[in-house]
Amino acid sequence: MAAKATMAVTGIVLLSFVLGHMAGNLQVFLGPEAMNSYAEFLHDFGHGLALWVVRAVLLACLVLHVASAAYVVRVSKAARPVGYVMKKDVATDFAARTMWMTGLIVLAFLVYHLLHFTIDPLGAYHDFVDAEGRHDVHRMVVTAFQSLPTVAVYVVAQVLLAIHISHGGSSLFQTLGWRSPRNAKWVDRIGPTLAAVILVGNLFIPLGVFAGLAS
Amino acid sequence: MEQKSMRLTLRVWRQDGPNDAGHVETLQVDGILEDMSFLEMLDKVNQDLIRAGKEPIAFDHDCREGICGTCSLMIDGVAHGPMKGTTACQLHMRHFRDGDTITIEPWRSGAFPVVKDLVVDRSAFDRILQAGGYVSVNTGAAPDAHTLPVPKPDADAAFDAAACIGCGACVASCPNGSAMLFVAAKVSHLARLPQGQPERRKRVLDMVAQMDAEGFGACSNHYECEAVCPKEISARVIAEMNRDYLESRLCSGS
Ligand code: HEM
Ligand code: FES
Repeated sequence: MAAKATMAVTGIVLLSFVLGHMAGNLQVFLGPEAMNSYAEFLHDFGHGLALWVVRAVLLACLVLHVASAAYVVRVSKAARPVGYVMKKDVATDFAARTMWMTGLIVLAFLVYHLLHFTIDPLGAYHDFVDAEGRHDVHRMVVTAFQSLPTVAVYVVAQVLLAIHISHGGSSLFQTLGWRSPRNAKWVDRIGPTLAAVILVGNLFIPLGVFAGLAS
Repeated sequence: MEQKSMRLTLRVWRQDGPNDAGHVETLQVDGILEDMSFLEMLDKVNQDLIRAGKEPIAFDHDCREGICGTCSLMIDGVAHGPMKGTTACQLHMRHFRDGDTITIEPWRSGAFPVVKDLVVDRSAFDRILQAGGYVSVNTGAAPDAHTLPVPKPDADAAFDAAACIGCGACVASCPNGSAMLFVAAKVSHLARLPQGQPERRKRVLDMVAQMDAEGFGACSNHYECEAVCPKEISARVIAEMNRDYLESRLCSGS
């Protein structure tokens, strides 16, 4: 049960990050100045220390979330060694039943996404510098999302992330003991609502750029 | 009024003993009346099997009035069958139609090993109760009933949780084979009452530890349990136990 609480708390941290990350990157539609100065601000805040602290916290949360997920899924699979010939689910939904699959694919996407923009091992965007000598994040994003296959990867990943959050965003309230018959109606809408907001916001970035709204 | 007699096809799990692999047996049964309970239907089928010199189907039952929690059948993929808030013994054949095929299986959980056919061993629940499902009371003269005031909302909530009959449908229906609804019903029932306070923290930690040791799965908040619970215990008890557990873990520093 401690593992479930760990998943819920780290889930909240990851969710907050996803929301902030979405808001930050929607600035690509405000033009190069807004985007690049925002990126520079993140890099230089607290003499560059803040960025690494946040990265460390996020990485720790991700590792804890995935490790707890692996433990929880293993325990639950082991709990029913012989399955049913016929089993009908009467209350649960697709999102709840596929948490580990959507989670794993999101994890794979995270690795790809970090390699794509943050680590950039092939140096595809290393010489993108704007007039003020800053890393030209705006041009990087706009260039990346001209490619249809890249856009497709991002779209699929965001749909899966949204499915994950539609269950997780509500489930965490029950895990931490905050859901009750009085608020259940609302709590059960938080996950799907968060998922919808994140889906629309995050899809708008690759699709909007592809449609030429950011250049 | 003359009742129509039904013909049914039963697909029943047959397993000779704990070490037998088991299989699904298909039986054609006749002469089922709609006023029969599901268990009376099985009684009739067994009578016919015995007359034919065959081994009757082993299934668990006791009170047959929905209060003991002994009956435990997975009927067409739903614990206790299709009627909400109803134990298998209180389910009647009028909810089925002539010509139906009904699949009957035992509860499936590693912690509930099959004893024979549809009978499983639920002593894991007894061990969880022994780990903390009790309160300490003074022996001797019974205290005056009015000495311990219980607020009405708490009394009601405790009573709702206490309605749990320990049948195990929550475990059987949970995609993760989790026993959280059962354990939480006991924890919440006692945590809501003044008599439950002295052992409150120890109780939740010990009962959860025993639950985990028995090999039940983790709760993913699917809410299948509350949907099939014959006593309609609300998953609110799980949230209450989660909070109690986390507070107890953090406060006792373990
Ligand atoms: C940005 C990424 C992610 C976010 C925002 C997120 C968020 C959440 C939240 C809020 C929960 C609900 C916790 C609860 O029920 O109390 C959850 C559950 C879960 N997460 Fe994630 N998660 C993310 C990534 C991942 C990854 C990479 C995995 C990898 C396998 C994963 C696997 C799971 C699983 C299996 C569960 C369900 C556990 C259960 O209820 O049994 N998640 N997630
Ligand atoms: S036999 Fe007692 S509840 Fe069904």
